[in-house]
Amino acid sequence: MAFDSFGAFIAMEGHGPYVWSCYFVFFVLMGAIAFWSLRQRRFVIAQQRRRMNSTQVRNTSPAGASFTRIEPSQD
Amino acid sequence: MWQIFHKLGSPKWFFGIAATLMPWLLWVGVAMLAAGIGWGLAFAPQDYLQGNSYRIIFIHVPAAFLAQSVYIMMAVAGLVTLVWRMKLADVFVKAVAPVGAILTFLALFTGAVWGKPTWGTWWIWDARLTSMLILLFLYFGVIALGAAISDEKSSARAVAVLVLVGVVNIPIIKYSVEWWNTLHQPATFKLTEKPSMPPEMWVPLLLSVLGLYLVFGWLACLRMQTEILLREGRTRWVKELIQARGS
Amino acid sequence: MTTEFTVTLRSPDTSVGTATAMKAVFIRDLKIALRQPQDLLNPLLFFVMVVTLFPLGVSPEVSFLQQAGSGILWVAALLSVLLSLDHLYRHDFDDGTLEQLVLQPQPLFLLVMAKSLAHWVLTGLPLVLLAPVLGVMVHLQGNSVAVLCLTLLIGTPVLSLIGSIGAALTLGLRAAGVLLSLLIIPLYIPVLIFGTGTVTAASEGAPVGGQLALMGAFLVLALTLAPFASAAALRISLSNS
Repeated sequence: MAFDSFGAFIAMEGHGPYVWSCYFVFFVLMGAIAFWSLRQRRFVIAQQRRRMNSTQVRNTSPAGASFTRIEPSQD
Repeated sequence: MWQIFHKLGSPKWFFGIAATLMPWLLWVGVAMLAAGIGWGLAFAPQDYLQGNSYRIIFIHVPAAFLAQSVYIMMAVAGLVTLVWRMKLADVFVKAVAPVGAILTFLALFTGAVWGKPTWGTWWIWDARLTSMLILLFLYFGVIALGAAISDEKSSARAVAVLVLVGVVNIPIIKYSVEWWNTLHQPATFKLTEKPSMPPEMWVPLLLSVLGLYLVFGWLACLRMQTEILLREGRTRWVKELIQARGS
Repeated sequence: MTTEFTVTLRSPDTSVGTATAMKAVFIRDLKIALRQPQDLLNPLLFFVMVVTLFPLGVSPEVSFLQQAGSGILWVAALLSVLLSLDHLYRHDFDDGTLEQLVLQPQPLFLLVMAKSLAHWVLTGLPLVLLAPVLGVMVHLQGNSVAVLCLTLLIGTPVLSLIGSIGAALTLGLRAAGVLLSLLIIPLYIPVLIFGTGTVTAASEGAPVGGQLALMGAFLVLALTLAPFASAAALRISLSNS
Protein backbone atom coordinates (compact mmCIF):
# COMPACT_ATOMS: atom_id res chain seq x y z
CA MET A 1 0.00 0.00 0.00
CA ALA A 2 1.41 3.33 -1.05
CA PHE A 3 -0.77 5.27 1.43
CA ASP A 4 -0.87 5.30 5.21
CA SER A 5 -4.63 5.56 5.63
CA PHE A 6 -7.82 5.55 3.63
CA GLY A 7 -8.10 9.30 4.08
CA ALA A 8 -4.67 9.77 2.54
CA PHE A 9 -5.70 7.51 -0.33
CA ILE A 10 -8.71 9.70 -1.08
CA ALA A 11 -6.79 12.97 -0.71
CA MET A 12 -3.74 11.83 -2.74
CA GLU A 13 -1.77 14.72 -1.27
CA GLY A 14 -4.00 17.31 -2.82
CA HIS A 15 -4.21 15.63 -6.24
CA GLY A 16 -7.33 13.71 -5.26
CA PRO A 17 -9.88 15.84 -7.14
CA TYR A 18 -7.94 15.50 -10.40
CA VAL A 19 -7.38 11.76 -10.13
CA TRP A 20 -10.86 10.91 -8.94
CA SER A 21 -12.67 13.11 -11.46
CA CYS A 22 -10.74 11.38 -14.25
CA TYR A 23 -11.67 7.93 -12.99
CA PHE A 24 -15.26 9.04 -12.45
CA VAL A 25 -15.67 10.34 -16.01
CA PHE A 26 -13.94 7.26 -17.41
CA PHE A 27 -16.26 4.83 -15.67
CA VAL A 28 -19.38 6.89 -16.32
CA LEU A 29 -18.69 7.12 -20.05
CA MET A 30 -17.61 3.51 -20.47
CA GLY A 31 -20.61 2.40 -18.43
CA ALA A 32 -22.91 4.61 -20.46
CA ILE A 33 -21.77 3.24 -23.82
CA ALA A 34 -21.99 -0.34 -22.51
CA PHE A 35 -25.47 0.23 -21.08
CA TRP A 36 -26.65 2.02 -24.19
CA SER A 37 -25.29 -0.69 -26.51
CA LEU A 38 -27.01 -3.40 -24.47
CA ARG A 39 -30.28 -1.51 -24.51
CA GLN A 40 -30.04 -0.92 -28.23
CA ARG A 41 -29.61 -4.64 -28.93
CA ARG A 42 -32.58 -5.48 -26.72
CA PHE A 43 -34.61 -2.81 -28.49
CA VAL A 44 -33.71 -4.13 -31.95
CA ILE A 45 -34.63 -7.69 -30.94
CA ALA A 46 -37.97 -6.53 -29.54
CA GLN A 47 -38.64 -4.54 -32.69
CA GLN A 48 -37.90 -7.50 -34.97
CA ARG A 49 -40.10 -9.78 -32.89
CA ARG A 50 -42.97 -7.32 -33.04
CA ARG A 51 -42.66 -7.14 -36.80
CA MET A 52 -42.53 -10.94 -37.09
CA ASN A 53 -45.61 -11.34 -34.92
CA SER A 54 -47.58 -8.85 -36.96
CA THR A 55 -46.67 -10.59 -40.22
CA GLN A 56 -47.60 -13.97 -38.69
CA VAL A 57 -51.00 -12.65 -37.70
CA ARG A 58 -51.49 -11.43 -41.21
CA ASN A 59 -50.50 -14.81 -42.65
CA THR A 60 -52.85 -16.83 -40.45
CA SER A 61 -55.83 -14.57 -41.08
CA PRO A 62 -58.28 -16.01 -43.62
CA ALA A 63 -57.58 -14.73 -47.08
CA GLY A 64 -58.78 -15.41 -50.55
CA ALA A 65 -55.39 -16.23 -51.85
CA SER A 66 -52.18 -17.06 -50.10
CA PHE A 67 -48.77 -15.87 -51.08
CA THR A 68 -45.53 -17.34 -50.02
CA ARG A 69 -42.73 -14.92 -49.82
CA ILE A 70 -39.43 -16.46 -50.82
CA GLU A 71 -36.54 -15.17 -48.83
CA PRO A 72 -33.17 -16.26 -50.12
CA SER A 73 -30.75 -16.77 -47.27
CA GLN A 74 -27.66 -14.60 -47.42
CA ASP A 75 -25.44 -16.70 -45.26
CA MET B 1 -8.80 -21.54 -47.29
CA TRP B 2 -11.44 -19.65 -49.24
CA GLN B 3 -14.16 -21.45 -47.35
CA ILE B 4 -12.81 -20.22 -44.04
CA PHE B 5 -12.66 -16.76 -45.53
CA HIS B 6 -16.25 -16.96 -46.66
CA LYS B 7 -17.28 -18.24 -43.27
CA LEU B 8 -15.50 -15.33 -41.63
CA GLY B 9 -17.55 -12.99 -43.72
CA SER B 10 -20.84 -14.64 -42.83
CA PRO B 11 -22.87 -12.62 -40.33
CA LYS B 12 -24.56 -15.76 -39.03
CA TRP B 13 -21.26 -17.46 -38.25
CA PHE B 14 -19.96 -14.33 -36.56
CA PHE B 15 -23.09 -13.99 -34.48
CA GLY B 16 -22.55 -17.43 -32.96
CA ILE B 17 -18.84 -16.92 -32.32
CA ALA B 18 -19.49 -13.52 -30.75
CA ALA B 19 -22.11 -15.00 -28.44
CA THR B 20 -19.65 -17.56 -27.07
CA LEU B 21 -16.74 -15.11 -26.83
CA MET B 22 -18.56 -12.19 -25.25
CA PRO B 23 -18.82 -13.36 -21.62
CA TRP B 24 -15.12 -14.22 -21.61
CA LEU B 25 -14.11 -10.91 -23.14
CA LEU B 26 -16.22 -8.95 -20.70
CA TRP B 27 -15.37 -10.67 -17.44
CA VAL B 28 -11.68 -11.30 -18.08
CA GLY B 29 -11.39 -7.72 -19.36
CA VAL B 30 -13.17 -6.20 -16.39
CA ALA B 31 -11.09 -8.30 -13.98
CA MET B 32 -7.83 -7.21 -15.62
CA LEU B 33 -8.91 -3.59 -15.77
CA ALA B 34 -9.95 -3.67 -12.11
CA ALA B 35 -6.69 -5.34 -11.10
CA GLY B 36 -4.57 -2.89 -13.07
CA ILE B 37 -6.44 0.18 -11.86
CA GLY B 38 -6.65 -1.00 -8.24
CA TRP B 39 -2.96 -1.84 -8.18
CA GLY B 40 -2.07 1.43 -9.86
CA LEU B 41 -4.23 3.57 -7.61
CA ALA B 42 -3.47 2.07 -4.24
CA PHE B 43 -0.24 0.10 -4.39
CA ALA B 44 2.04 1.49 -7.09
CA PRO B 45 4.73 3.79 -5.69
CA GLN B 46 4.43 7.53 -5.98
CA ASP B 47 6.11 9.30 -8.87
CA TYR B 48 8.99 11.39 -7.57
CA LEU B 49 8.31 14.27 -9.99
CA GLN B 50 4.54 14.47 -10.33
CA GLY B 51 3.39 13.01 -7.04
CA ASN B 52 0.09 11.21 -7.08
CA SER B 53 -1.43 12.95 -10.10
CA TYR B 54 0.47 10.51 -12.30
CA ARG B 55 -2.02 7.82 -11.23
CA ILE B 56 -4.26 9.11 -14.03
CA ILE B 57 -1.86 7.27 -16.35
CA PHE B 58 -3.63 3.97 -15.64
CA ILE B 59 -6.65 5.11 -17.61
CA HIS B 60 -5.11 7.83 -19.78
CA VAL B 61 -2.65 5.59 -21.57
CA PRO B 62 -5.09 2.70 -22.17
CA ALA B 63 -7.67 5.11 -23.60
CA ALA B 64 -5.14 6.88 -25.83
CA PHE B 65 -3.59 3.59 -26.95
CA LEU B 66 -6.93 2.07 -27.82
CA ALA B 67 -8.23 5.23 -29.50
CA GLN B 68 -5.38 5.06 -31.99
CA SER B 69 -5.48 1.35 -32.59
CA VAL B 70 -9.25 1.39 -33.10
CA TYR B 71 -8.75 3.80 -36.00
CA ILE B 72 -6.13 1.51 -37.50
CA MET B 73 -8.42 -1.50 -37.06
CA MET B 74 -11.13 0.48 -38.83
CA ALA B 75 -8.72 1.21 -41.69
CA VAL B 76 -7.92 -2.50 -42.06
CA ALA B 77 -11.64 -3.25 -42.07
CA GLY B 78 -12.14 -0.49 -44.65
CA LEU B 79 -9.55 -2.08 -46.91
CA VAL B 80 -11.36 -5.42 -46.56
CA THR B 81 -14.65 -3.70 -47.45
CA LEU B 82 -13.18 -2.21 -50.62
CA VAL B 83 -11.24 -5.25 -51.79
CA TRP B 84 -13.48 -8.19 -50.84
CA ARG B 85 -16.81 -6.44 -50.26
CA MET B 86 -17.11 -8.29 -46.97
CA LYS B 87 -20.26 -7.18 -45.18
CA LEU B 88 -18.89 -7.93 -41.75
CA ALA B 89 -15.99 -5.49 -42.21
CA ASP B 90 -18.36 -2.60 -42.69
CA VAL B 91 -20.47 -3.75 -39.76
CA PHE B 92 -17.30 -3.50 -37.69
CA VAL B 93 -16.50 0.04 -38.86
CA LYS B 94 -20.00 1.31 -38.19
CA ALA B 95 -20.25 -0.41 -34.80
CA VAL B 96 -16.88 0.70 -33.54
CA ALA B 97 -16.54 4.32 -34.70
CA PRO B 98 -18.56 5.84 -31.80
CA VAL B 99 -16.61 3.75 -29.29
CA GLY B 100 -13.37 5.04 -30.80
CA ALA B 101 -14.62 8.60 -30.55
CA ILE B 102 -15.51 8.13 -26.88
CA LEU B 103 -12.10 6.63 -26.12
CA THR B 104 -10.41 9.56 -27.88
CA PHE B 105 -12.50 11.99 -25.87
CA LEU B 106 -11.54 10.15 -22.66
CA ALA B 107 -7.86 10.34 -23.57
CA LEU B 108 -8.24 14.08 -24.18
CA PHE B 109 -10.21 14.68 -21.01
CA THR B 110 -7.86 12.74 -18.75
CA GLY B 111 -4.90 14.40 -20.45
CA ALA B 112 -6.37 17.85 -19.80
CA VAL B 113 -7.17 17.10 -16.15
CA TRP B 114 -3.71 15.65 -15.68
CA GLY B 115 -2.27 18.80 -17.20
CA LYS B 116 -3.79 21.01 -14.50
CA PRO B 117 -1.57 19.87 -11.60
CA THR B 118 1.40 19.17 -13.90
CA TRP B 119 1.47 22.22 -16.18
CA GLY B 120 -0.79 24.52 -14.20
CA THR B 121 -3.40 24.86 -16.97
CA TRP B 122 -6.18 22.66 -18.24
CA TRP B 123 -5.13 22.79 -21.82
CA ILE B 124 -1.79 23.10 -23.48
CA TRP B 125 -1.25 22.86 -27.22
CA ASP B 126 1.06 19.98 -26.63
CA ALA B 127 1.84 17.73 -29.58
CA ARG B 128 0.06 14.69 -28.17
CA LEU B 129 -3.07 16.47 -27.03
CA THR B 130 -3.32 18.26 -30.36
CA SER B 131 -2.93 15.10 -32.42
CA MET B 132 -5.56 13.43 -30.23
CA LEU B 133 -7.90 16.34 -30.91
CA ILE B 134 -7.37 15.92 -34.66
CA LEU B 135 -7.99 12.18 -34.29
CA LEU B 136 -11.29 13.05 -32.62
CA PHE B 137 -12.18 15.22 -35.65
CA LEU B 138 -11.37 12.30 -37.94
CA TYR B 139 -13.70 10.06 -35.93
CA PHE B 140 -16.46 12.67 -36.14
CA GLY B 141 -15.99 12.82 -39.91
CA VAL B 142 -16.34 9.05 -40.24
CA ILE B 143 -19.47 8.99 -38.09
CA ALA B 144 -21.03 11.94 -39.94
CA LEU B 145 -20.37 10.52 -43.40
CA GLY B 146 -21.71 7.11 -42.41
CA ALA B 147 -24.88 8.72 -41.11
CA ALA B 148 -25.34 10.97 -44.15
CA ILE B 149 -25.45 8.22 -46.81
CA SER B 150 -28.61 6.17 -46.54
CA ASP B 151 -27.77 3.44 -49.04
CA GLU B 152 -26.03 0.67 -47.12
CA LYS B 153 -23.57 -0.42 -49.78
CA SER B 154 -22.36 2.97 -50.91
CA SER B 155 -22.22 4.16 -47.31
CA ALA B 156 -19.94 1.22 -46.51
CA ARG B 157 -17.59 1.93 -49.39
CA ALA B 158 -17.55 5.72 -48.96
CA VAL B 159 -16.70 5.38 -45.28
CA ALA B 160 -13.99 2.86 -46.18
CA VAL B 161 -12.39 5.35 -48.58
CA LEU B 162 -12.54 8.09 -45.96
CA VAL B 163 -11.00 5.91 -43.24
CA LEU B 164 -8.18 4.88 -45.57
CA VAL B 165 -7.48 8.48 -46.56
CA GLY B 166 -7.44 9.33 -42.85
CA VAL B 167 -5.03 6.56 -41.96
CA VAL B 168 -2.60 7.66 -44.67
CA ASN B 169 -2.77 11.15 -43.19
CA ILE B 170 -2.35 10.20 -39.53
CA PRO B 171 1.45 9.81 -39.65
CA ILE B 172 1.77 13.04 -41.64
CA ILE B 173 -0.45 14.87 -39.15
CA LYS B 174 1.48 13.44 -36.22
CA TYR B 175 4.81 14.41 -37.70
CA SER B 176 3.75 17.92 -38.63
CA VAL B 177 2.13 18.56 -35.26
CA GLU B 178 5.32 17.48 -33.53
CA TRP B 179 7.35 19.78 -35.76
CA TRP B 180 4.92 22.63 -35.11
CA ASN B 181 5.16 21.99 -31.39
CA THR B 182 8.95 22.23 -31.29
CA LEU B 183 8.63 25.45 -33.26
CA HIS B 184 6.38 27.06 -30.66
CA GLN B 185 7.33 25.40 -27.38
CA PRO B 186 10.94 24.35 -27.31
CA ALA B 187 10.79 22.68 -23.88
CA THR B 188 7.62 20.78 -23.09
CA PHE B 189 7.29 18.51 -20.14
CA LYS B 190 6.64 15.06 -21.52
CA LEU B 191 3.78 13.31 -19.79
CA THR B 192 4.58 9.67 -20.14
CA GLU B 193 8.11 9.43 -21.42
CA LYS B 194 10.07 8.54 -18.35
CA PRO B 195 13.67 7.42 -18.60
CA SER B 196 12.69 4.13 -16.99
CA MET B 197 9.50 3.04 -15.37
CA PRO B 198 9.80 0.60 -12.47
CA PRO B 199 7.87 -2.67 -12.88
CA GLU B 200 5.49 -1.69 -10.05
CA MET B 201 4.29 1.01 -12.44
CA TRP B 202 4.33 -0.60 -15.84
CA VAL B 203 2.88 -3.98 -14.86
CA PRO B 204 -0.44 -2.47 -13.68
CA LEU B 205 -0.35 -0.19 -16.72
CA LEU B 206 0.02 -3.18 -19.01
CA LEU B 207 -2.80 -4.95 -17.16
CA SER B 208 -5.19 -2.07 -17.61
CA VAL B 209 -4.27 -1.64 -21.31
CA LEU B 210 -4.97 -5.34 -21.98
CA GLY B 211 -8.13 -5.21 -19.86
CA LEU B 212 -9.48 -2.25 -21.80
CA TYR B 213 -8.67 -4.06 -25.05
CA LEU B 214 -10.80 -7.01 -23.96
CA VAL B 215 -13.65 -4.77 -22.79
CA PHE B 216 -13.46 -3.02 -26.16
CA GLY B 217 -13.67 -6.44 -27.83
CA TRP B 218 -16.85 -7.16 -25.89
CA LEU B 219 -18.34 -3.79 -26.84
CA ALA B 220 -17.42 -4.32 -30.50
CA CYS B 221 -19.05 -7.78 -30.54
CA LEU B 222 -22.17 -6.45 -28.83
CA ARG B 223 -22.57 -3.50 -31.18
CA MET B 224 -21.81 -5.64 -34.23
CA GLN B 225 -24.54 -8.05 -33.16
CA THR B 226 -26.99 -5.18 -32.97
CA GLU B 227 -25.95 -3.92 -36.38
CA ILE B 228 -26.29 -7.42 -37.89
CA LEU B 229 -29.75 -7.87 -36.39
CA LEU B 230 -30.79 -4.57 -37.90
CA ARG B 231 -29.45 -5.36 -41.36
CA GLU B 232 -30.30 -9.04 -41.61
CA GLY B 233 -33.70 -8.82 -39.97
CA ARG B 234 -35.38 -10.42 -42.99
CA THR B 235 -33.23 -13.53 -43.17
CA ARG B 236 -34.42 -16.87 -41.88
CA TRP B 237 -31.68 -17.43 -39.34
CA VAL B 238 -32.34 -14.10 -37.60
CA LYS B 239 -36.04 -14.91 -37.38
CA GLU B 240 -35.29 -18.32 -35.94
CA LEU B 241 -32.83 -16.83 -33.51
CA ILE B 242 -35.30 -14.25 -32.27
CA GLN B 243 -38.03 -16.88 -31.93
CA ALA B 244 -35.69 -19.14 -29.99
CA ARG B 245 -34.85 -16.30 -27.63
CA GLY B 246 -38.46 -15.39 -27.14
CA SER B 247 -39.58 -18.79 -25.88
CA MET C 1 -17.17 19.78 -75.36
CA THR C 2 -20.00 17.52 -74.35
CA THR C 3 -20.35 16.39 -77.93
CA GLU C 4 -16.77 15.25 -77.92
CA PHE C 5 -17.52 12.89 -75.07
CA THR C 6 -20.55 11.40 -76.75
CA VAL C 7 -18.57 10.77 -79.91
CA THR C 8 -15.96 8.76 -78.05
CA LEU C 9 -18.73 6.88 -76.36
CA ARG C 10 -20.42 5.84 -79.57
CA SER C 11 -17.26 4.69 -81.28
CA PRO C 12 -14.85 3.31 -78.73
CA ASP C 13 -12.49 2.00 -81.40
CA THR C 14 -11.39 5.55 -82.24
CA SER C 15 -10.58 6.22 -78.59
CA VAL C 16 -8.75 9.39 -77.72
CA GLY C 17 -5.34 9.22 -76.07
CA THR C 18 -5.22 9.75 -72.32
CA ALA C 19 -3.27 13.00 -72.56
CA THR C 20 -5.77 14.39 -75.05
CA ALA C 21 -8.66 13.45 -72.83
CA MET C 22 -7.02 15.06 -69.80
CA LYS C 23 -6.42 18.20 -71.79
CA ALA C 24 -10.01 18.19 -73.01
CA VAL C 25 -11.37 17.86 -69.46
CA PHE C 26 -9.03 20.58 -68.23
CA ILE C 27 -9.94 23.05 -70.97
CA ARG C 28 -13.64 22.28 -70.68
CA ASP C 29 -13.64 23.06 -66.96
CA LEU C 30 -11.82 26.35 -67.57
CA LYS C 31 -14.23 27.36 -70.34
CA ILE C 32 -17.32 26.59 -68.31
CA ALA C 33 -15.96 28.49 -65.33
CA LEU C 34 -15.05 31.51 -67.45
CA ARG C 35 -18.63 31.70 -68.68
CA GLN C 36 -19.63 32.74 -65.16
CA PRO C 37 -16.83 34.99 -63.95
CA GLN C 38 -18.77 35.98 -60.83
CA ASP C 39 -18.39 32.45 -59.48
CA LEU C 40 -14.64 32.81 -59.89
CA LEU C 41 -14.58 36.14 -58.12
CA ASN C 42 -16.53 35.04 -55.04
CA PRO C 43 -13.81 32.92 -53.37
CA LEU C 44 -11.35 35.78 -53.92
CA LEU C 45 -13.70 38.29 -52.31
CA PHE C 46 -14.21 35.88 -49.44
CA PHE C 47 -10.44 35.61 -49.05
CA VAL C 48 -10.03 39.39 -48.84
CA MET C 49 -12.94 39.80 -46.43
CA VAL C 50 -11.78 37.12 -44.01
CA VAL C 51 -8.33 38.73 -43.92
CA THR C 52 -9.96 42.10 -43.23
CA LEU C 53 -11.80 40.66 -40.23
CA PHE C 54 -8.61 40.02 -38.27
CA PRO C 55 -7.31 43.60 -37.88
CA LEU C 56 -10.88 44.64 -37.07
CA GLY C 57 -11.63 41.77 -34.74
CA VAL C 58 -8.32 41.30 -32.97
CA SER C 59 -5.92 44.20 -33.34
CA PRO C 60 -4.60 46.50 -36.08
CA GLU C 61 -1.22 46.78 -34.34
CA VAL C 62 1.72 46.25 -36.66
CA SER C 63 3.49 43.88 -34.27
CA PHE C 64 0.46 41.59 -33.99
CA LEU C 65 -0.23 41.58 -37.71
CA GLN C 66 3.41 40.88 -38.50
CA GLN C 67 3.36 37.90 -36.21
CA ALA C 68 -0.05 36.51 -37.16
CA GLY C 69 -0.17 37.66 -40.80
CA SER C 70 1.03 34.46 -42.43
CA GLY C 71 -1.40 32.41 -40.36
CA ILE C 72 -4.31 34.73 -41.18
CA LEU C 73 -3.60 34.59 -44.90
CA TRP C 74 -3.18 30.83 -44.87
CA VAL C 75 -6.37 30.18 -42.91
CA ALA C 76 -8.32 32.53 -45.18
CA ALA C 77 -6.93 30.86 -48.31
CA LEU C 78 -7.75 27.43 -46.88
CA LEU C 79 -11.32 28.45 -46.12
CA SER C 80 -11.95 29.98 -49.53
CA VAL C 81 -10.62 26.86 -51.28
CA LEU C 82 -12.90 24.83 -49.01
CA LEU C 83 -15.89 26.95 -49.99
CA SER C 84 -15.23 26.57 -53.70
CA LEU C 85 -14.84 22.77 -53.53
CA ASP C 86 -18.54 22.16 -53.72
CA HIS C 87 -18.47 23.39 -57.33
CA LEU C 88 -15.80 20.93 -58.37
CA TYR C 89 -18.19 18.12 -59.33
CA ARG C 90 -21.60 19.58 -58.61
CA HIS C 91 -22.48 20.93 -62.09
CA ASP C 92 -21.15 17.90 -63.90
CA PHE C 93 -23.04 15.70 -61.49
CA ASP C 94 -26.30 17.58 -62.04
CA ASP C 95 -26.18 17.53 -65.84
CA GLY C 96 -24.90 13.96 -66.14
CA THR C 97 -21.48 14.77 -67.58
CA LEU C 98 -19.85 13.06 -64.65
CA GLU C 99 -21.39 9.70 -65.54
CA GLN C 100 -20.03 10.06 -69.06
CA LEU C 101 -16.64 10.85 -67.59
CA VAL C 102 -16.68 7.70 -65.47
CA LEU C 103 -17.57 5.63 -68.53
CA GLN C 104 -14.59 6.88 -70.56
CA PRO C 105 -11.97 4.33 -71.57
CA GLN C 106 -9.23 6.54 -70.13
CA PRO C 107 -8.28 5.91 -66.49
CA LEU C 108 -10.64 7.92 -64.32
CA PHE C 109 -8.01 9.04 -61.83
CA LEU C 110 -6.15 10.93 -64.56
CA LEU C 111 -9.32 12.72 -65.59
CA VAL C 112 -9.97 13.52 -61.93
CA MET C 113 -6.44 14.87 -61.69
CA ALA C 114 -7.13 17.13 -64.66
CA LYS C 115 -10.30 18.38 -62.99
CA SER C 116 -8.47 19.06 -59.72
CA LEU C 117 -5.77 20.98 -61.56
CA ALA C 118 -8.42 23.04 -63.35
CA HIS C 119 -9.95 23.76 -59.96
CA TRP C 120 -6.58 24.93 -58.71
CA VAL C 121 -6.03 27.20 -61.71
CA LEU C 122 -9.45 28.73 -61.11
CA THR C 123 -9.26 29.22 -57.33
CA GLY C 124 -5.78 28.54 -55.93
CA LEU C 125 -3.78 30.46 -58.49
CA PRO C 126 -5.80 33.71 -58.16
CA LEU C 127 -5.33 33.47 -54.40
CA VAL C 128 -1.58 33.21 -54.88
CA LEU C 129 -1.62 36.24 -57.16
CA LEU C 130 -3.66 38.25 -54.68
CA ALA C 131 -1.59 37.22 -51.65
CA PRO C 132 1.25 39.80 -52.08
CA VAL C 133 -1.22 42.69 -51.81
CA LEU C 134 -2.76 41.29 -48.64
CA GLY C 135 0.70 40.38 -47.36
CA VAL C 136 1.68 44.03 -47.55
CA MET C 137 -1.56 45.00 -45.81
CA VAL C 138 -0.71 42.77 -42.84
CA HIS C 139 2.80 44.27 -42.76
CA LEU C 140 4.78 41.19 -43.73
CA GLN C 141 8.39 42.15 -44.40
CA GLY C 142 9.84 41.96 -47.93
CA ASN C 143 11.29 38.47 -47.88
CA SER C 144 8.39 36.82 -46.10
CA VAL C 145 5.88 38.04 -48.70
CA ALA C 146 7.81 36.14 -51.36
CA VAL C 147 8.07 33.05 -49.17
CA LEU C 148 4.36 33.27 -48.38
CA CYS C 149 3.50 33.30 -52.07
CA LEU C 150 5.83 30.39 -52.67
CA THR C 151 4.20 28.31 -49.90
CA LEU C 152 0.76 29.17 -51.25
CA LEU C 153 1.89 28.24 -54.74
CA ILE C 154 3.01 24.80 -53.53
CA GLY C 155 0.28 24.39 -50.93
CA THR C 156 -2.95 25.38 -52.71
CA PRO C 157 -2.75 22.53 -55.29
CA VAL C 158 -2.54 20.15 -52.32
CA LEU C 159 -5.70 21.75 -50.94
CA SER C 160 -7.51 21.26 -54.26
CA LEU C 161 -6.34 17.66 -54.61
CA ILE C 162 -7.24 16.57 -51.08
CA GLY C 163 -10.46 18.54 -51.30
CA SER C 164 -11.49 16.67 -54.42
CA ILE C 165 -11.75 13.51 -52.29
CA GLY C 166 -14.18 15.19 -49.93
CA ALA C 167 -16.16 16.71 -52.82
CA ALA C 168 -16.48 13.27 -54.42
CA LEU C 169 -17.51 11.60 -51.16
CA THR C 170 -20.23 14.12 -50.37
CA LEU C 171 -21.59 14.35 -53.91
CA GLY C 172 -25.38 14.35 -53.99
CA LEU C 173 -25.82 14.43 -50.23
CA ARG C 174 -27.95 16.83 -48.25
CA ALA C 175 -25.99 19.62 -46.52
CA ALA C 176 -22.93 18.49 -48.44
CA GLY C 177 -21.06 21.73 -47.81
CA VAL C 178 -20.83 21.44 -44.03
CA LEU C 179 -20.09 17.74 -44.18
CA LEU C 180 -17.35 18.40 -46.73
CA SER C 181 -15.64 20.87 -44.38
CA LEU C 182 -15.95 18.42 -41.50
CA LEU C 183 -14.26 15.67 -43.47
CA ILE C 184 -11.54 17.75 -45.09
CA ILE C 185 -10.33 20.27 -42.48
CA PRO C 186 -8.44 17.68 -40.39
CA LEU C 187 -6.65 16.56 -43.55
CA TYR C 188 -5.59 20.15 -44.33
CA ILE C 189 -3.78 20.63 -41.02
CA PRO C 190 -0.29 19.45 -42.12
CA VAL C 191 -0.32 21.82 -45.12
CA LEU C 192 -1.42 24.70 -42.90
CA ILE C 193 1.27 23.97 -40.31
CA PHE C 194 4.07 23.86 -42.83
CA GLY C 195 2.70 26.77 -44.84
CA THR C 196 2.67 29.16 -41.90
CA GLY C 197 5.72 27.64 -40.25
CA THR C 198 7.82 28.28 -43.34
CA VAL C 199 6.81 31.96 -43.44
CA THR C 200 7.50 32.35 -39.71
CA ALA C 201 10.93 30.78 -40.17
CA ALA C 202 11.63 33.12 -43.10
CA SER C 203 10.66 36.20 -41.08
CA GLU C 204 13.12 35.11 -38.39
CA GLY C 205 15.84 34.84 -41.00
CA ALA C 206 16.12 31.06 -40.79
CA PRO C 207 16.68 28.97 -43.95
CA VAL C 208 13.44 27.63 -45.40
CA GLY C 209 14.71 25.27 -48.11
CA GLY C 210 14.00 22.13 -46.10
CA GLN C 211 10.44 23.12 -45.30
CA LEU C 212 9.71 24.10 -48.88
CA ALA C 213 11.07 20.73 -49.99
CA LEU C 214 8.75 19.02 -47.50
CA MET C 215 5.79 20.93 -48.86
CA GLY C 216 6.88 19.81 -52.31
CA ALA C 217 6.83 16.26 -51.00
CA PHE C 218 3.26 16.83 -49.78
CA LEU C 219 2.36 18.02 -53.26
CA VAL C 220 3.88 14.96 -54.93
CA LEU C 221 2.15 12.68 -52.44
CA ALA C 222 -1.22 14.38 -52.95
CA LEU C 223 -0.77 14.36 -56.71
CA THR C 224 -0.13 10.62 -56.78
CA LEU C 225 -2.60 9.41 -54.14
CA ALA C 226 -5.52 11.84 -53.98
CA PRO C 227 -6.81 11.28 -57.56
CA PHE C 228 -7.08 7.54 -56.85
CA ALA C 229 -9.13 8.09 -53.72
CA SER C 230 -11.19 10.76 -55.45
CA ALA C 231 -11.92 8.51 -58.44
CA ALA C 232 -12.94 5.65 -56.14
CA ALA C 233 -15.21 7.99 -54.20
CA LEU C 234 -16.76 9.29 -57.42
CA ARG C 235 -17.63 5.76 -58.54
CA ILE C 236 -19.24 5.09 -55.17
CA SER C 237 -21.26 8.31 -55.18
CA LEU C 238 -22.47 7.72 -58.73
CA SER C 239 -23.55 4.16 -57.99
CA ASN C 240 -25.52 5.55 -55.06
CA SER C 241 -27.64 8.00 -57.05
